[in-house]
Amino acid sequence: MPRRRHAAFASGLAVSAAFLLLTISAASAQLPPAPASGLTWSDLPNDAGRAVSLAWHPSPDESLATSPVTGYYVERSTSPGGPWTVVDSTARGVVSRDDQSVRRDTDYFYRITAYGPGGRTPALSVTGPVRATSQWINQTRWSVLVFVVLFFGLVLYYMASAQGGRKPFVRRIAGIDAIEEAIGRATEMGRPVLYVPGIQDIDQMETVAGLVILENVAKITARYETPIKVPVSYPIPFTIAEEMVKSGYLHAGKPEQYDPTSVNFVSPEQFAFVAAITGIMLRDKPGAHIFMGSFYAESLLLAETGFSTGAIQVAGTAQVAQLPFFVVACDYTLIGEELYAASAYLSGEPKLVGSLKGADMLKLCIIAAIAVGCVLETLRMHGFTQWMNTQ
Amino acid sequence: MKRQVPLFITAVIGMFMILSFFVPHQAVSVPSDFLQQTVVILVAFGYVLGGANVLKVNFDGIYKRQPGWFYRLVLVLGLLTTVIVGLAEGRSWQDPKSVSIWIYDHLYAPMNATMFSLLAFFIASAAFRAFRIRTFEAGLLAVAALIVMLGRVPVGDMVTSWLPHSLQLGTLQQWIMDIPQNAAKRAILMGAAMGVMATGLRVILGIERSYLSGED
Repeated sequence: MPRRRHAAFASGLAVSAAFLLLTISAASAQLPPAPASGLTWSDLPNDAGRAVSLAWHPSPDESLATSPVTGYYVERSTSPGGPWTVVDSTARGVVSRDDQSVRRDTDYFYRITAYGPGGRTPALSVTGPVRATSQWINQTRWSVLVFVVLFFGLVLYYMASAQGGRKPFVRRIAGIDAIEEAIGRATEMGRPVLYVPGIQDIDQMETVAGLVILENVAKITARYETPIKVPVSYPIPFTIAEEMVKSGYLHAGKPEQYDPTSVNFVSPEQFAFVAAITGIMLRDKPGAHIFMGSFYAESLLLAETGFSTGAIQVAGTAQVAQLPFFVVACDYTLIGEELYAASAYLSGEPKLVGSLKGADMLKLCIIAAIAVGCVLETLRMHGFTQWMNTQ
Repeated sequence: MKRQVPLFITAVIGMFMILSFFVPHQAVSVPSDFLQQTVVILVAFGYVLGGANVLKVNFDGIYKRQPGWFYRLVLVLGLLTTVIVGLAEGRSWQDPKSVSIWIYDHLYAPMNATMFSLLAFFIASAAFRAFRIRTFEAGLLAVAALIVMLGRVPVGDMVTSWLPHSLQLGTLQQWIMDIPQNAAKRAILMGAAMGVMATGLRVILGIERSYLSGED
């Protein structure tokens, strides 16, 4: 009997305790959370003085099983007494933030406010004055600077060397040789040549490379007296393309043959551009299609439509994802750096060819750096890898 | 002078923009940000030139009744209608019930999607040619492609589930993508990066100058 009484008493006590716990936790869920503390700041390094890093200790209530903390507000003011503006917020458990909306050389004060269903509690103290300053050098980019200086030095050296008569050997690039062959074939067939300098704006170096090659292509079409059609997708490359074609005809000694309507602005819209070019391919039946520049999904649409017309096709791009499409659908493809080497290869100008040698030498340096990095990492020496990391 | 001044401006601005990559200080970053923002104004003028070219070329084609002149007429009418409607609606063009949005949703978007969807058929025809095994290299390509394609769908893992994990199609395709594919891709990217730097330097130094027109 006493045993039974004890059991009844114990179960009654457990129920009461559970009820009390539930009551307390329900009440505490409605209370505002305890404040966060220990807010520290640091100026974000290697920037133009437009950001500060903030870190704080979480509210002690975060550790409760039913935490009343939903997250934190990062509040900022220009004076320690406020008024406060919420500049950012974080979820529970996140106790650091970069404020990237500050003005440089301006004093700010920060506080962290914990919030939850029960309300919000500002930190008991304010941190400040906080000031973001700009730095003169991005310390994480020393490695890039070293390689850039090395690259400039090598290119300038080999350019001077090539001008002095020591012109470096350039291997045969079948894709570039095929350009003249393609234009010759278009001439024999009495059809025009279609040249597409990519689908990107002039801020892409591939577009620049495509336009530089265009001048050489225009020179050849002028020599063969074959019309050229150049649809362009952006307005700035359009004006440059006009100059390039004009320049090609001028250098070929046939400026009078230049047709001002040969270069057309079409549309920067990807598929409108594709529709226009495939229309030219199917209506005008050019004998040669030359695609040089930056391409995306339209690469296969253009190259496959061109293939169906029976034209000889030469393509060049540094967009790795598009290369397989061009390789499959075109007769010749310039892969990656070959696109950038094409203008030097076609013109044969010593200075340009010298720059190719300089780039090759830097490639050798990079290969050496990769090998050294692999060895050092294998030996668990991470200094070199960290030095190469940039932000 | 006609060439020297643009070449000088190109060289100075080019070197300054390279400098801005290494120097975050406001003495460099503020002018560099400003220069990048001014590009928008240049591009706006470029669009005027481009638009004029589109109208000129297509009006000529319509006037001379060139083959396909009717399509040129549709293009010119479409262009003018869109521009006029956009100007008339002003800032309210973003209203979901505006005519501009209707043009976008009911004309532009379906035509865009139609062109994009053609890609599926072109991929099939290109793949048919690419995977014809004529040489040893083409054979390797076909086998690798087969492993990657099968390894990326559930049936690939299902049919090889009885094999050790390292020989299952899912594992093999991941190895192909991570090791040989990545190595080749990075080699091409590094070579291209050198080419980008070399071309940029040639433009900055005025060695590539044909964009200034051929007149000396």
